[in-house]
Amino acid sequence: MSQSSKYLKIFAFIYLIFLYAPALLLPIFSFNSSQIIAFPLTGFSTHWFKTLFYQETLHEALKNSLIIAVASSCLGTILGVFAARATTRYDFSGKQITLTFILAPLVLPEIIVGVALLIVLMQMGLSLNLWSVVLGHTLLITPFSILIMNSAFNNLDISLEEASLDLGETQFGTFQRVILPLVFPGIIASLLIGFTLSLDEFIIAFFLTGTETTLPVYIWSMLRFPKQLPTTMALGTVLLVVSLVLLSLSEYFRRRTAKSNASVE
Amino acid sequence: MNKLVQVKNIYKTFAGLNAVDGVSLEIDQGQFFSLLGPSGCGKTTLLRLIAGFEKPSSGEVVIDNLHMEGVVPNQRPTNMVFQNYAIFPHLNVEQNVAYGLHKKRLSKVEKTKMINEVLDLVGLSGFNHRAASAMSGGQKQRVALARALILKPKVLLLDEPLSALDKKLREQMQLELRNLQRAVGITFILVTHDQEEALTMSDKVAVMFDGQVAQVATPRELYEKPISQKVASFIGAMNFIDGKVIDSKNVFTVESELWGTFTMTRSQMFGNPSKTVMTLGIRPERISIGTASKTDAASVSGIIKDAAYYGETTNYKIQYGTKGATLNVSEQNSFGQMGYQIGEEVQLKTDLESLIGFFD
Repeated sequence: MSQSSKYLKIFAFIYLIFLYAPALLLPIFSFNSSQIIAFPLTGFSTHWFKTLFYQETLHEALKNSLIIAVASSCLGTILGVFAARATTRYDFSGKQITLTFILAPLVLPEIIVGVALLIVLMQMGLSLNLWSVVLGHTLLITPFSILIMNSAFNNLDISLEEASLDLGETQFGTFQRVILPLVFPGIIASLLIGFTLSLDEFIIAFFLTGTETTLPVYIWSMLRFPKQLPTTMALGTVLLVVSLVLLSLSEYFRRRTAKSNASVE
Repeated sequence: MNKLVQVKNIYKTFAGLNAVDGVSLEIDQGQFFSLLGPSGCGKTTLLRLIAGFEKPSSGEVVIDNLHMEGVVPNQRPTNMVFQNYAIFPHLNVEQNVAYGLHKKRLSKVEKTKMINEVLDLVGLSGFNHRAASAMSGGQKQRVALARALILKPKVLLLDEPLSALDKKLREQMQLELRNLQRAVGITFILVTHDQEEALTMSDKVAVMFDGQVAQVATPRELYEKPISQKVASFIGAMNFIDGKVIDSKNVFTVESELWGTFTMTRSQMFGNPSKTVMTLGIRPERISIGTASKTDAASVSGIIKDAAYYGETTNYKIQYGTKGATLNVSEQNSFGQMGYQIGEEVQLKTDLESLIGFFD
């Protein structure tokens, strides 16, 4: 190992610890038996996780979050599939500009996107409910979906589509029998990433939600109650683990798209 | 002969450039027809125009007396074998081959029979359940062939099908394709940049340069009577020597540095033979190195400048005359004999009857 790469690895390691170590406090205190969040640890307990089952408002928030996550990840993925197909297979004027605008939410501060959407929705006279959050989350998820689907479509050899047509299949039939199966891992990856994004998203949900809360917004509201803190941390731990699992699955499927289509030669 | 495919004055423009620049061709039913030319000459574009993947900028394609304007690929009586085979990676061999039968109302028994028949034809019997990704290039190519042939198209279009294979396999497949075509009797249109391939397999070859057809002829005609210097040097190797027409009454009397004055017939001339300045062409194997005496009119002295051994033959570069010009001469190697050495002075004997005169 060369000198520079050894120091790079050490630096990367320290960087990652600095970034993620605080998150480890969540599971640590979730399993701590004391109600007070402080060191030293008093004992191991799963009590706080059990309390999660009794919070009615939490169940409401969870239901809302799940509805929003499923709806926005589906919408975002559908839009992503169409956009990626258009980008990779067709040339049209204004393509680059349109793509830039669609991808913009990736780099814009969420607070700006949230406020802007709030203003737009208010101007349109729409009430704030779950669907306004779905709208906001779809806006956020679509660029991710496009990036994933772009790579999936780019790896899909165009001669496969032409071969299908040549053999007598229609455009729609080609989509069903050739394109969809081959970009399917990309679609799964996009759905999973979209779902996780929406589930964890706080800022836009905070701005656009009406009386119905989402899980992150619920967690934020519970921070006012010190007695509830360990329960809230337990919830946070669950969310953390679920997100990690979903993202890992998503990455697994994303890599499968790259591999399966590369074996065309 | 029934003209199955007709291409009438076709132009195809991409971004201001004519990829196909006014091509007209007629291909007979049951013919093995090749489109031969260097990269970028428009042969693949022409094939795709026949298949329906490109629309002509002007001109038309007629297949079996039906105009193909506005007819999409999945409606045309053609099937294509793609250069990279385009085998569906998520399906096995059987599913790939049966892909086009999906829409047809056939019983499972009938389908299975057809699949096995065509697999047998291409030499892949028993491969039914092999995964697409678990096959070699040659095998994938046979699957692509089977997949197209099972639909019994009127025309089979092949886009450089052998270019990705190694030499031995390529030569084997050339013969197999030829025999396959004879067995099924379907019209094959093949695109290639390999002139050896075109000559081996085809009944007729159309040589293309820069979007236009330079010559359409049988392989033998192309080799022995190329219509221009460009075609001559593309098909095999050719030596070019300056010449001058002195007299053109009954036969042409020609003068050149190499062979002095001699006669040539009209059938040996191409282009417009009304000019006096011309270029003489002769194939490397039509010159032989020997011990011809210096008094023989067609004999030339030269010095061996380079020798390249190819097993069956050796290609010599021989310098003649005073200006350092060279001739390429191909000699069959006789077993046991050493061949000629670099620097050796030799006498060259030329088969003057195989000279070609170009006026282009």
